[in-house]
Amino acid sequence: MSATFIGMPGNFPKNSAQAVQNSQLRYNLRKATHTIRGKRASVVGELPDWQELRAAGKAIKDETLRHLDRYLLQLEEAVTAAGGHVHWARDAAEANRIVAGLVKATGEREVVKVKSMATQEIGLNEALAAEGITAYETDLAELIVQLGDDFPSHILVPAIHRNRAEIREIFLDRMEDAPPGLTDEPAALAEAARVHLRERFLRSRVAVSGANFMIAETGTLVVLESEGNGRMCLTLPETLISVVGIEKVLPTWRDLEVFLQLLPRSSTGERMNPYTSTWTGSAEGQDFHLVLLDNGRTDVLADEVGRQALRCIRCSACLNVCPVYERAGGHAYGSVYPGPIGAILTPQLRGMGSELDASLPYASSLCGACYEVCPVAIDIPEVLVDLRAKAPHGAAERAGMRVAGWVLNDQARLAAAQRAATRLRGLVPRRLPGPLSAWTDTRDLPDIPEESFRDWWEREG
Amino acid sequence: MSRSAREDILARISRAVDGAPEVEIPRRYRATARVDDLVGLFTERVGDYRAIVHVVPEAEVPARIAGIVAGRRMVVPDGLPAEWTPPDASDAGPADPYTADGVITGCAVAIAETGTIVLDTGPGQGSRAQTLVPDYHLCVVRADQIVAGVPEAVSRLDPIRPLTWISGPSATSDIELNRVEGVHGPRTLEVLVAVS
Ligand code: SF4
Repeated sequence: MSATFIGMPGNFPKNSAQAVQNSQLRYNLRKATHTIRGKRASVVGELPDWQELRAAGKAIKDETLRHLDRYLLQLEEAVTAAGGHVHWARDAAEANRIVAGLVKATGEREVVKVKSMATQEIGLNEALAAEGITAYETDLAELIVQLGDDFPSHILVPAIHRNRAEIREIFLDRMEDAPPGLTDEPAALAEAARVHLRERFLRSRVAVSGANFMIAETGTLVVLESEGNGRMCLTLPETLISVVGIEKVLPTWRDLEVFLQLLPRSSTGERMNPYTSTWTGSAEGQDFHLVLLDNGRTDVLADEVGRQALRCIRCSACLNVCPVYERAGGHAYGSVYPGPIGAILTPQLRGMGSELDASLPYASSLCGACYEVCPVAIDIPEVLVDLRAKAPHGAAERAGMRVAGWVLNDQARLAAAQRAATRLRGLVPRRLPGPLSAWTDTRDLPDIPEESFRDWWEREG
Repeated sequence: MSRSAREDILARISRAVDGAPEVEIPRRYRATARVDDLVGLFTERVGDYRAIVHVVPEAEVPARIAGIVAGRRMVVPDGLPAEWTPPDASDAGPADPYTADGVITGCAVAIAETGTIVLDTGPGQGSRAQTLVPDYHLCVVRADQIVAGVPEAVSRLDPIRPLTWISGPSATSDIELNRVEGVHGPRTLEVLVAVS
């Protein structure tokens, strides 16, 4: 059973300082982020109308959020008309209760799961376990994370912090049917997972998924994936339960023409991901339940600056260009949402009561690279600065002052940090920009040179 | 009486967005892409995913299918055109997808720019399980089913039908970002483009 991030201790500077000491992690992350970022740039460059798609994507999401209540009601009506059942959950506990109840009603004690950030966010696997229900992750990376009692570290490739030798160890150790002669070849490891999960797919009668999009007009849900485990979960079991954040709705079927171009190219850097499944209500006779999840989203929606975070389509492009993420790793963010999007989403969803969550708005150099790649143009630096102003003093300072002290002691670094900050389109408040660049607080990183963070990153990147 | 979660959430939303500005959606992106050689671009893009792809004159399609599937037990979905039905398939009845070697289908639409095939479970396309469980998928695409870009495909498709968009064989990059083809979906995708 993989652990949950909820209530994870520590704070960003402390967690990231541990991560930067781990050279395997840093090597893997650097390789992954640079590879995906190169692929993304080349397939985005192929589309002459990328900026127009991006503008449309941003506006469609904003328009949806503006009338979210109306679109959710429309969605509910369409799903119900197509034979599905819609449930509403104010928070994690309510969503978990609903799902556990639905599973129990089938008489089953096992569910297969397709990777879903919403169910990780609410700690569904743990909640089901407490009710005697076992949830099996079926995405290869999630399987690695789950078998290794580990945390995901990247939105798209959650096990990217593990190398092949570690994955082989985990399989031999924890997968009862792993072949004894298993090598660490990626193809052999993938084959072991295929065989391991095959039986389970054919046997399972209940599946739990998330969704990338929901179409209000038609009641259609959309899942993008690569491996085919999604198709297995969405298609074969008799009962399908999808847990989806309320912000995932899109008004019309036509809107998919924008997002099916923006998401794959931004995410895996492919023209299209291998498989996209769409279904409406009870497809091919399946018993379908949709659980609409709030869990803090309406609080985010109420914030004029912060609500843009709800446009996020979880592509992970912002992680792959973030110099802080590349060195700190996903675990430092203490949430299922790592990287720049995590730094603005987690403190808004959970509030900034804990030291960890209050330190997240400082997990950035405000270089702006995340904004430039974001397919729905979320101005992450703007939200970060706004959150810094709102962070409760006590918690933020407990987390931040240690690093702030370090920054203040080093005139060169302070100057560099300030220069990076002043480039920010007038977003930075006049006071000191907080404990910037906390992640560099370690020996095995070079000093920040006498140039802006951005210039440095572009040169080094 | 306490309010339902539904009422609560809807009320919270309407409070949260109260007074927020209305939004105009600029749709200045390409509604149709200009592609001179749809078949050429489609086959190139399908090939990029490491799928096997052939361009075959319509009249030769039956013979090519027979050659390709010889010796394989194929799932033949309802409504597959008779001329695409492998010669020895009819007597045995439809093969069980759980034991068959492969499946042969047509498609609903195909997209040149992205090298994508879309199945909508219509005639000759099988159920979702039939095209998922077998390890090999042979898909026949008629040239007139190929559109240039994603917007044209979305407008041709019926959202009420369950859709499967397929771009190459199943793949994972979860292990050190090395691409491995073939995880849970068919490990081999072979595409016949029938041109007149
Ligand atoms: S914030 Fe933007 S770039 Fe980051 S994951 Fe979300 S959509 Fe992608």
